[in-house]
Parts: sequence; structure tokens; C-alpha cells
Amino acid sequence: MTWRPIEKPKTGWTVVPNLLDYERTSAEFSWEAVRRELDGLPGGRGLNIAHEAVDRHAAGERRSHLALRWLGKQGETRDFTYGELSALSNRFANVLRGLGVGKSDRVFALSGRIPELYVAALGTLKNGSVFCPLFSAFGPEPIQQRLAIGEGKVLITTGLLYGRRKVKDLRRSLPHLKHVILIGGDKAALAEPAAHDFAALMAAADDRFEIPPTDPEEPALLHFTSGTTGRPKGAMHAHQAVVAHYITGKYALDFHSEDIFWCTADPGWVTGTSYGIVSPLTHGITNVVDEGDFDAERWYAILQDQKVTVWYTAPTAVRMLMKAGTEPIRKYDLSRLRFIASVGEPLNPEAVVWGQEAFGLPIHDNWWQTETGGIMIANYAALDIRPGSMGKPLPGIEAAVVQKQKDGTVDVIHAPDIQGELALRPGWPSMFRGYLHEEERYRKCFAAGWYLTGDLAKRDADGYFWFVGRADDVIKSAGHLIGPFEVESALMEHPAVAEAGVIGKPDPVIGEVVKAFVSLKAGYNASEALKKELLGFARTRLGPAVAPKEIDFRDSVPKTRSGKIMRRLLKARELGLPEGDLSTLESYE
Amino acid sequence: MTEAEIKAVVLRVLGAIAPEADLAALDPRISLRDQLDVDSVDFLNFIIGLHKELGVDIPDADVPKLATISGCVAYLASRVNKQR
Repeated sequence: MTWRPIEKPKTGWTVVPNLLDYERTSAEFSWEAVRRELDGLPGGRGLNIAHEAVDRHAAGERRSHLALRWLGKQGETRDFTYGELSALSNRFANVLRGLGVGKSDRVFALSGRIPELYVAALGTLKNGSVFCPLFSAFGPEPIQQRLAIGEGKVLITTGLLYGRRKVKDLRRSLPHLKHVILIGGDKAALAEPAAHDFAALMAAADDRFEIPPTDPEEPALLHFTSGTTGRPKGAMHAHQAVVAHYITGKYALDFHSEDIFWCTADPGWVTGTSYGIVSPLTHGITNVVDEGDFDAERWYAILQDQKVTVWYTAPTAVRMLMKAGTEPIRKYDLSRLRFIASVGEPLNPEAVVWGQEAFGLPIHDNWWQTETGGIMIANYAALDIRPGSMGKPLPGIEAAVVQKQKDGTVDVIHAPDIQGELALRPGWPSMFRGYLHEEERYRKCFAAGWYLTGDLAKRDADGYFWFVGRADDVIKSAGHLIGPFEVESALMEHPAVAEAGVIGKPDPVIGEVVKAFVSLKAGYNASEALKKELLGFARTRLGPAVAPKEIDFRDSVPKTRSGKIMRRLLKARELGLPEGDLSTLESYE
Repeated sequence: MTEAEIKAVVLRVLGAIAPEADLAALDPRISLRDQLDVDSVDFLNFIIGLHKELGVDIPDADVPKLATISGCVAYLASRVNKQR
């Protein structure tokens, strides 16, 4: 069925959207002009994300404005003004300097959404070190791999996670890891070599710090993402990215100076850093952080009690809220809410329209990925929405649907509604600057002057983009990318497993569920007990965010003659779809 | 059903979702999510599993009552025994 467009008013706004005239703003746009809306380091010493996010406000009239409001799991609240956040991040920058951690050294964080994480992120950026957040639901293997690839010099974590994720055992295989800083560290963990107590270090550190000269191209952030094959890829972003963090906040999230913003994403994923930390702070607005997990009633209470005006969430969350219906919402006063956006996977038209029924506001889907560093294609406050579409490219972003040819050339598809690969013209400030230590994989992302996103899309006659699917086998579960290879490799470590193939099984709420197909070595028999053992085995290594939720046994896993697992075929069989071209198949099951 | 029987079902459902967990070591009064490595999808599957095993409808608004083992047992006992 086709959905009627949601029309936006042309006049009569209570709060006038920043991007009122899409065509005109796009035509007049220049990155240089946006750069001039930021301050730069004093004395022309460059551009540093933390200065734009915190210090420039702390030095001005926003000093006493609420920067961060933290809501704890147990109902606690902690507030930080821009002035306080500046002083605390100064302390942390001094802590790093005192430990001999310098420019370009990589500082990893593994924690839930606690205030120390935000202080550490900003302090790391001030020090010129590279901040790399890890999702706290990662198991020991994803943590080890990322720390090893990233040659992490410092790990900031909690005493609880240090024990639970077996970081102690991992340290033997991480020669670059020089310091572990423990938040709320327990005695045993603190007794280990090169372990430090966060609170003690902070208390002893000076709260004044001058950000050293920072070239806009210096590395600032490292975010890991998953491909179909091989190890996770570390996408590197430069301080310059802040120009995009700022302008996308202005145009795609419509930030105004008195806004109270809540991004529900965890900083362990790129959204939780670009929009859960940096973007709102560059606008000097109030950023709400909730430590708790998803809970419909809790979320509505936060929207009401915190008087949230702009809310950025994910399709999985929206669909979970839809399940609970609109009835619970009626108990809350959500009249302050002005703009809702969503990212992570395409938002189905039902959900866009449900937003209107539930909140009196449509939900604005947007599209971007770890590599792009910021929102690239979006639905805007003043632009009519076509439910199910990701919207139009940000001013300054050139997007196209292309077909890559075998000879390496790229044909741009100009005709509307034809499927191809979504491509972007390189050159925006938050574009990734490389995959760490993987020049070849980085190079392969580009062809004939385009960045190829790996997502399949269509563009309609009016310039709206529509997501179709992934061009590869990467799994998208609850908005997070999961590399099937990473999961298969962990399963293969179990003595009973001969082969493993992992797919994303479509799921109405979370997009895709990670499902593994496993064949057993001789001497092992398929049983419920073994299934549970494998499930537990994978969860212990990978953590609940990456491990399969379902495992099925197969006599063999289909592979091509060259030995590549045919995940598409596994998926087609699981879903009862046509199996397609099997000419390269090695053997039938 | 007795509370002990209900608790056994709760632990069985949990064990199917997170087989690696040491269920015997769980503190029944502390939130499951604070003690176990489970994500929101696991927790959703836990609720669905309880519904399937016990035939009890669990409205979304009641889900917070199921955060701990004690909470699960108290909530489910009142619902199961009312239905029969």
C-alpha cells in the first residue's frame, strides 16, 4: 500500500525550523560558512571537538546553562553545567597527560551510560587523544579484538565490567594497553598492575587545562563497525567532524538554544557519540542521558518530567512503544515535545504515522552510518514526509543511486525508482578518514569519485531516498551492525562445531535476529542440550548484543566452490524464498 | 501452582535464553538485568517465554514488576492462581 505524504505547515510555526527552505539552503550551502559558525581554538590554534562542545560555552554566557542531566537507573539525578563539564573534562585531560598519554594515543571506554563516560570522552578529546567507546554488552572477544586492533593504550571501565568481561585475562594479549582506569573500582581489580582509581586520579588533577593546538585533520574518534568478512573495522574520524555534528544538529534535529534533547542511543555505537555527546553540546543546549534500559513507562516519564523538546531514538524502540499502544501515553503530558527523529534502520511507514497518533508529531527518519560520522539523509521539520522514505540529503551532501560496473567504473542511475547502491560524494567533514590499519578495505569503499555505502536504495522523482536493504551479508539487529563472520568464528571455537553460517532473520520488532546454522563434527549429536551449550558458549564470548539468539543444526552449511559460506542461501531456505543462482554452490545439503 | 513451581519455571525460561548464566547464584531481590548479561531483546524473549509456559498475559505496563526473581514469582503467582 502507498502512504499519504505528511504535509508540513508553510507558516504559523511556534518555533520556526532552522531549515525552512530546503532547496534554497542547499543551493547556498558551503562548509566554510558552517565552519565560521564555530569558534575554533583561541588564537587560531585549530579546531577541537571538545572546545566547540564545552569550553566555548563555559567561557561565555552559557557557563551556568545545564549541559548534561544524568538520570540514574535508581531514579537519581546528576546535573552538570557547561562550566562544570569544562572543569571536569579538564581534570580528565590532565589525568591522561599525567599518565603519559598523548596525541593520537587511543583511549577506550567500556561502561554503561554514566557521567564519568561523558567526562572521559571530552577530556580525551581535549588531550588530543583518540576516544574509542565500546558497547558495555560486548563480551570478552569483541572487546579484545577491538582493543587489539585499536592498540588501545588506556581502558576506562567500571570495577564490575572489569570482572564480568574478564578484562584481567584479556590483558595478557594486549601489549599496548598500559593503563586501566577503574570507575568505582573494587580492591582486587585496583591491586592489579597499572590499574588506577578514577576518582582518586580526578581528585588529584588540576581543573585547568589548555587544549593544545589541534589540526582539524587530527584523529579524534574511533568507531568500530562490522563487515561481512574479516575482523571489525575501526573507522577513524577527525576533529573536523564537529562541523558536521554541529550543522546536522541544526538542520536534521532542528536544535534551538533552549531545547532539551534526549538521544536514547548508547555511546558504544556511533549515534550515541555523535548525537548523544557532541552535537547537542556544540549547540549549547541541555543533553539528557538516561542510564536505564528501555522501558516504555519510564521513557514517557522522562519525556514529561525532563520537558524534552527534541527526541532522537531508534526504530526498534519505536516499535516496542507501538506494541504497548497509545493508551499509556495519555497519562503523560508530552506537550513540550516538538520534534522526533529516528535512526538505525528504516522506519516503517506505520511507525511514522503512529507517531502522529501517539504524540501528535510524525517521526522523522534519517540515514547515516558509522563511516559517515553524522546524519547524511534526513526528513526535516519543515519538509513534507513520505512515510517509509529516509528523506533528502543534508545541504552540502551529494547523494546518488549508482551501479558499480565490473571494470571499477560507476554509473549514476538518474531514472527514478530504480534500485542501486547508495553513494555519497566524498568531502564532508565527518567522513571517515580510514579504517585503522586497513588501507585496502578503505580504498575499496571508493570508486570513480564516490563513497559506496554498501546500502541499496532507490530515489524517487522528487529526490526522496528509499532504503531497500544491505548490499552485503551484514546483519542489522536493533539498529546495530553485526558481522556474521565474527559470530561464526566464535562458534567455530567450540569443539563440537564443524561449520557455522550466520544470518539475520527478519523480525518485526528488532529488524533482524542473529541466527546461526551449525554443522557438527563426527562424534557429536544434535540435541537440545548441545544447542543450549553452544548458545551459552557464544554468549560468554560475544556478549548478548552480538551472540546468536537462535541456533539450528544442519548436516552441512552450504558453501561456494571457493569455500565461502552462502549466507544468502541459508536465509532463503529459512524464509522459504526462491534460492536463486546455485551454480557456484559446492554441495547441496 | 506453588511459588516454588513458578520459580522453577522462571529459572527454566531464563536458562533457555542465557544458558551461560549461573542461576543458582542470583539474588532474587536484585534486578535480573543488573546480575545477568542480558540485553533488551533477551528480556523481551523472557517475558514471551513466561507467557508461553504459564499461559499468563503480561501487559507491557506490568513488565517492570518482573525485573527480579522475587517480583516474577509474586506477580506470576497472583495471576496464575487467579486464572485457575
